[in-house]
Parts: sequence; C-alpha cells; structure tokens
Amino acid sequence: MDTVTIINALVSGLLTGLVYGLSALGLSVIFGVIRIVNFAHGELMVLGMFMALLLFRWFGLDPLMAVPIGAAVLFAIGYALQHFVVRRVSYLPDHMQFLLLAGIAIMLVSGCLVIFGPDAQGVQLDYALDSFAIGNLIIDKVRLYAAIAAVAVASALLAFFKYSSTGRAIRACADNYLGAKVVGLNVDRLYALTFGIGAACIGAAGCIILLLVQVHPYLAPAYTLLAFVVVIVGGMGSLFGALLGGMLIGVSEELASVVLQPSMKTAFSFALLIVVLLLRPQGLLGRVAR
Amino acid sequence: MNDLTPFGRVALLAFAALLLAVPWIASGYVLSVSIICLYLAYMGQAWNLMLGFAGLLSIGHALFVGLGAYTSGYLFTKLGVPPAVGVVAAVAVAMAMGSIIGYLGFRFAIGGVYFALLTIAFSEFVRILLDHAKFLGGTEGMFLPVSQESRRGVDLVNLRGSTEMYYYVILALAAGAFLMCRALLNGRVGYYWRAIRDNPEAAEAVGVDIFRFRMYAVLLSSGMAGVAGVFYAFYYNNLFPEQVLGIERSIEVTLAPIVGGVGTLFGPIFGAFILTPMGELLTEAVEGFKQSGLIAKNVKTDGVKLMFWGLAVALIVLLKPKGLWPWVCERLRLVKPPEQRG
Amino acid sequence: MAMLDVQGLSKSFRGLRAVSDVTFAVPEKGIVALIGPNGAGKTTCFNLIAGALRPDAGSVRLAGADITGRRADKVCDAGIGRTFQLVKPFQDLTVLENVTVGALHKHDGVAAAKRDAARILEMLELGDKRHMHAANLTLPDRKRLEVARALATQPKLLLLDEVMAGLRPTETDRIVAVLQRLRAETGITILLIEHVMRAVMALSDHVIVLHHGEKISEGTPEKVTKDPAVLECYLGEGAV
Repeated sequence: MDTVTIINALVSGLLTGLVYGLSALGLSVIFGVIRIVNFAHGELMVLGMFMALLLFRWFGLDPLMAVPIGAAVLFAIGYALQHFVVRRVSYLPDHMQFLLLAGIAIMLVSGCLVIFGPDAQGVQLDYALDSFAIGNLIIDKVRLYAAIAAVAVASALLAFFKYSSTGRAIRACADNYLGAKVVGLNVDRLYALTFGIGAACIGAAGCIILLLVQVHPYLAPAYTLLAFVVVIVGGMGSLFGALLGGMLIGVSEELASVVLQPSMKTAFSFALLIVVLLLRPQGLLGRVAR
Repeated sequence: MNDLTPFGRVALLAFAALLLAVPWIASGYVLSVSIICLYLAYMGQAWNLMLGFAGLLSIGHALFVGLGAYTSGYLFTKLGVPPAVGVVAAVAVAMAMGSIIGYLGFRFAIGGVYFALLTIAFSEFVRILLDHAKFLGGTEGMFLPVSQESRRGVDLVNLRGSTEMYYYVILALAAGAFLMCRALLNGRVGYYWRAIRDNPEAAEAVGVDIFRFRMYAVLLSSGMAGVAGVFYAFYYNNLFPEQVLGIERSIEVTLAPIVGGVGTLFGPIFGAFILTPMGELLTEAVEGFKQSGLIAKNVKTDGVKLMFWGLAVALIVLLKPKGLWPWVCERLRLVKPPEQRG
Repeated sequence: MAMLDVQGLSKSFRGLRAVSDVTFAVPEKGIVALIGPNGAGKTTCFNLIAGALRPDAGSVRLAGADITGRRADKVCDAGIGRTFQLVKPFQDLTVLENVTVGALHKHDGVAAAKRDAARILEMLELGDKRHMHAANLTLPDRKRLEVARALATQPKLLLLDEVMAGLRPTETDRIVAVLQRLRAETGITILLIEHVMRAVMALSDHVIVLHHGEKISEGTPEKVTKDPAVLECYLGEGAV
C-alpha cells in the first residue's frame, strides 16, 4: 500500500465527502430547526437524482445544470410535506413521527419502483472518464466538479442563514420556539420554509451525485443511513458539522475500500456510527439535543 | 377470557376455529399467504414487546431473525443438528445480540430515534459481515437440504413436512406468543412494563428497576425473533443476507403492529390479518388491471404493494396513532371496560 | 434514633447553589414540615433524599443506613415513598392499576397487590374512582393518587410534596385526618413540603424552614411562625 494510493483515496474521499456533506446539511437543517428526524431523506435524494436523470434524457442537460431545477422542485415538495403532513403530528412522540416519515419514504420508494423500475440507471457524460493530474495525484473531473458544486450550494445556504432576515428568523425559531412566536414570527410558515430549504439541499445533492453514481430506487435507504451517519458524526443541528462529517465519512469510506475491500466500506461507516452513537450522540460539533 | 364480553368470546372462538380449519378449507395459495400472515403476526408480537413495553423503537429486528436463521441453518447443514435442538442455539445467539444492543442503549442512555438508528446500524453491519462470511454462504446464499419425500408427512424434529405442517407450526407459535404475552402483561412484569412506558421516573420512585425490566423486554423480543428465524430457515430453505436481514424485512415487521396498535396485545395480530390479505388483493387487482390493459404492463406490482403499505402506515399515524384494534375493539364491544372486570 | 438523618446536603446547578449545607433530622414516627418561599430548594432536597438527583456533598441516612446517592428504586427498596410536586400519574392506567404498581413492590402476585391497592384507595377516599383512567382525574385527586401509590410500597418514610395544593379547606382537613390516622396506626414517618399553613399547623410536630437553599430556622410550628427571620424571608425586609 503506497502513499500515492492512499493520498489519492484521501482526496477522492474528501471530494465525494463534500457531496455527502451537502446531503447531510439538508437533514441537519431540518432537525436543527424543526426537531424532526427526516427518515424520508434518502428518498428525497433519489427523487432529485431521478429528476436530473430525466432532464438529462429529455433535454441533454448536465446534472450540474439541473441543480437549480432539482432544488426548486424538491423545495416545493419539502414545503408541502411540512405544511400538510408533518405539522399535524408534532404532538406525537418522536417514534411516531419517525414512523410517519418512514411510511412516506416507503411510498416514495415504491412510487419510484413503479415508475422507473428497479434497475440502476445513470447519465453518460463525455467527461466522465477524464481526470486532472497533479504529479502523482489523479483527480477525477466529475468528482472535482461535484465537490465544487456541493460547496457552492452549501455556501449559499450558510450565507442565507447568516445574512438574510428570513435566515435569521429561522435561526431564531430554532433557538427559542416560544420566544419566536412571542415576537410575532410566523413559525408555521418558517418551519415549512425550512423543510423546503432542507429538501432543496437534498435535491441539489441528488442532482450532483448523479455525476458519480447510478440511481435506482433501493439506493434511498442507503442514502438515508449515510446522511444519518454523517450528521451524527459531525453533529446534529450543526451546519459546519454536517460538512465536516461528510468529509470524514467520505475519506473513511475510501480508505476502507482501499485498505479492506470495497464492499466493506459501508460496514465501516456503520461501525463508526455505532461508536459515535455510544460515545457522543451529539456528534463532534453538535449541540446536546437528546 | 374473563376480560371479553360474551360477543367477544364468541368472536375469539370463531376466529380460532377458522384459523384451525384453514388447511382443510383453503387453496394452496391461500394457505401460503396465511403462513406469511401468521409469521407477520408472530413477528409483530415480538417487535411490539420492545416498543410497546420497553419503549424502544427497533428498525433492525431482521437482525435477530437472521441470526436465528443462520445459526440453526448452519448447525443443520454442517453438523446435522436438527432444528428442534438448533432452536436453543438460535435463541441464545439472538438474545446475546439483543442484550448487547439493549445494554449499549441503556448504558449510554440512548433513546428514541438514536436507538432506532443504533438498531439499523447493527443490523446493516451484521448483514454486510454475513455477505462476506464464506462459511455461511456469503452473498451466494446458504441452502438447506430438502428432499421431495420429506414434503409428505410430518417431522417436527427436523421441521420437514407438508405445507400444512408448517402452517400449524406457525399457528402454534403465533398463538403461543399471544398467550405468553397475555400472561406476562397481566402479571407483575406487565404492570412494571406499562409503568415504565408511561412514566419512567414515577416507576423508579415506586421501586421499579427500569434497566432490568427493559432488558427483559429486549431479551424476550430478540429471543422470539430468533425462533422466527429458525422457522424462516426451514420453511424457505435458502438464506441470503440481503433477503433475510435487509432493512425492508425490518420495516415489514413493524407494519402490522403499527396498523393494529403498538403496545396492545391483539393489535399486531389484527394488523397482520388486515395488511396481508389487503396486500394480496391489491397485488391481484394490479395484475388484473395489467391483463386488461388498464395499467401499463411494465409497472412493478411489488412496488404497488409497498406503496400501499407505506400509505397505510402514514394514514394510521396521522389519523389513528393508537392503531385500529383499540377502535375496533370499542366499536364491536369485544372487551369489558375496567369496571366490570373485577 | 432518627428515621431520616440529613447532614450537610448540598447541590449546585451550574453555579447556582440550590441546596446549601442543609442538616436536619426527622424522628421516627414524626411528622415534619419543610417550608420556605418558592425556589428555596425544598423539592431539590426531596430529590436528593429520594435518589432522583445525586448530591454534590453531604449524606442521607435512613434508619441508620447510608442511602446517599442511591438510585431512586434502591431508595424505595430501603423504605422511602415519595410524591412529585408536578404529579406523575401513569396516565394510561386506571387508578387501581396505578396503585397496584406501587403495591407490587411488596407483593409477589398481582391479585394480592390489587387487594392491597384497593384498601389504600379506600383509605384515601379514592375508592369509587378506582376504574377511572388516571388521565381523567382532577388535580387534587391526582395528588391523592400519588400518595396512595407511594403508600402502597409500604415505606418507613413518606415524602409528600405539596399534596394539599388546590384542595378546599374541608378536603385539606380530611387529608390531614387521614395522615394523622396513618401515623397513629402504622407508625409511619412523614416529611412534607407544604405551603398550606392550615395543614402545616395541624399536622407537624416540627417545622424546618429553607430559604435560598439554606436552613434558616427550625422548631415547633408556633415558634417558627413567629421567628423574625422566617417572616422576613416571606414578607421581605421592610415588612418586619
């Protein structure tokens, strides 16, 4: 095992990890504000992937170009989900809310199964096999572009929360629900907006990741779990934590697949999840929110 | 029986009689479906113990089934150990896993959604390990030897026989599980479980050792699932990690109790007997529509059934979070209210 | 020998001293009241004694045995029964079932536990409500249910946290009578937190006053209610 292979794996993992991070951002935003664990996460991501796939098939649109469209559609779906469904069960215990979203997730997966079939499908891009070479370092073009896109979307999100008044209002709700209501913020609408924004992130991540993998409906549970691993390692409710966790998971997956076997890499992520859940469920950067 | 109204008693007896009669009156197809139905009812009881009584949501119950299946399957194929004996080992392994997860959950005070994620993580981790375990067949699968003659007659020790035999075995398991849970619920364990579920702090103040009783529920739940694994192994006779331990299996297990009513005694059974036939009817209908051209031929029927189940769960949580069984029970006046029970 | 012996009990929450070096004793078969303005640390004391919280310092002895820092169910095993200031009934269980859970602490079989539970409910005048779901009870009834449930564990020491709150004077008198009879018949020791002075004066042999986490006075009810330090903490400096 030489250093070059390891460094390549590291870089590759870091880049892929940034896309994982973007997807986890969506999960984290929703949990951080609304305090609901979105078990339909992977399904929303797969929806984003299928959307990018269709846009590619019908219009020849590069998945990266499809990001704004995918994000917009998923925003609408997320908004509707929160407004019409999730809002009604906020009084139920955690596990019932979890099960509701699981039910919705099942519906979405099966819908995709019915429409698209179980086979894996992907986009064929001209530059799919190209790479940049820096000395001994080989960086896949798709991976680099994907990472740049992910960072762009993530930065937009972070800027939104930091600088815009709506973003600040949402943060206020997250910090203090009652207080936000008292000062007259329309919390219901802000929650719906937040879910929409989280879903938009997930949709964007879905479009982007189509550059790297093929899509099939059963990918959804895997992505849900992956996002959970990332968020829990990086910290529930922390935006930087999601990105950090994403990179960590991306790197560990790549290293595991290089050092052990490729098929073992998810096992490694789960082992990491178990360890983190036991020792520090609030993650590396998260707030203690058990 | 004391808790049931006269009408309730009649209904129960009629139901029991119907279940006993199925192999005599039903077609082969209905018999197979009934076996699946009873299997889900049994698994539902097992899963229900953990959430309904220990307050722990598990989305990884397929893990215990898988451990039971692979343990008994391995002992049978490699060492010739009959399942009647192998079941002991299967339960032991499943319970050991259950105790690990339960202990970790309690020791590190992980509850709610985090615990559910823990169960998923363990389940997936073991599944991937099994994928790579060549001595257990790996992804190629483990196959249990079955001969044509063994399909006639009844061999309970080796769990070999006609489909009717399997039906009665699973019926006995489901009925046994029900009676056992009922006895437990009406006893001290049940009272403590319900107290812990309702208000753990108050339960502790009246002397309930929360950890101990929660562990009882976890061990019982995982052990029961282990037994189901043995049945699964010797009924289907082929084991693939993805099939047996996949997350879909774990989710499947939760559907009947949720629809029927988490934490109730008869809820999981009721839920299983609602979901399975409806699922089958739906599949029939979709196939029929495809034949007559109402639905495109390339629509996946499996997907439709899955969608229906997802919808059922979502609707139940939104409209009847306590499940359908308590409502049915009340409407049909099957159970006496507390005042009349004495 | 004192039934309950508390020495130097202290507890801080992130720098706020909720209970500060509190020392007192409750004699066997005695009824002692713990009073003080809101936020004085009375319930925190209960929580420290009953095992819901671990003390930062100090010791708690029950009938001579050290139970400091033990978990709540172990404290119940040792012989303390308690109620909660914010009542915690088992909502989905009936009143009888609620108390049965307590009674199971000392009875092996459910049938025997239920009989005992029914007896205790009669004593606390909740008998006719025994098949009601606890969620449907009024607050005063819930408080009595808490007492019944705690009593069912056959404690040596009963910790009552504001069980008279919300009761009309006649109801208060009835509960006072029940507790007095209970002490006379079973020799139980009672430590109660109470704001209703009517009950404090009628019931207690001895009163302990807490303020800002510290004990500022103790003595007979008559003496304490005349103590200037006590009056000051309730009415403020200028009033005395």
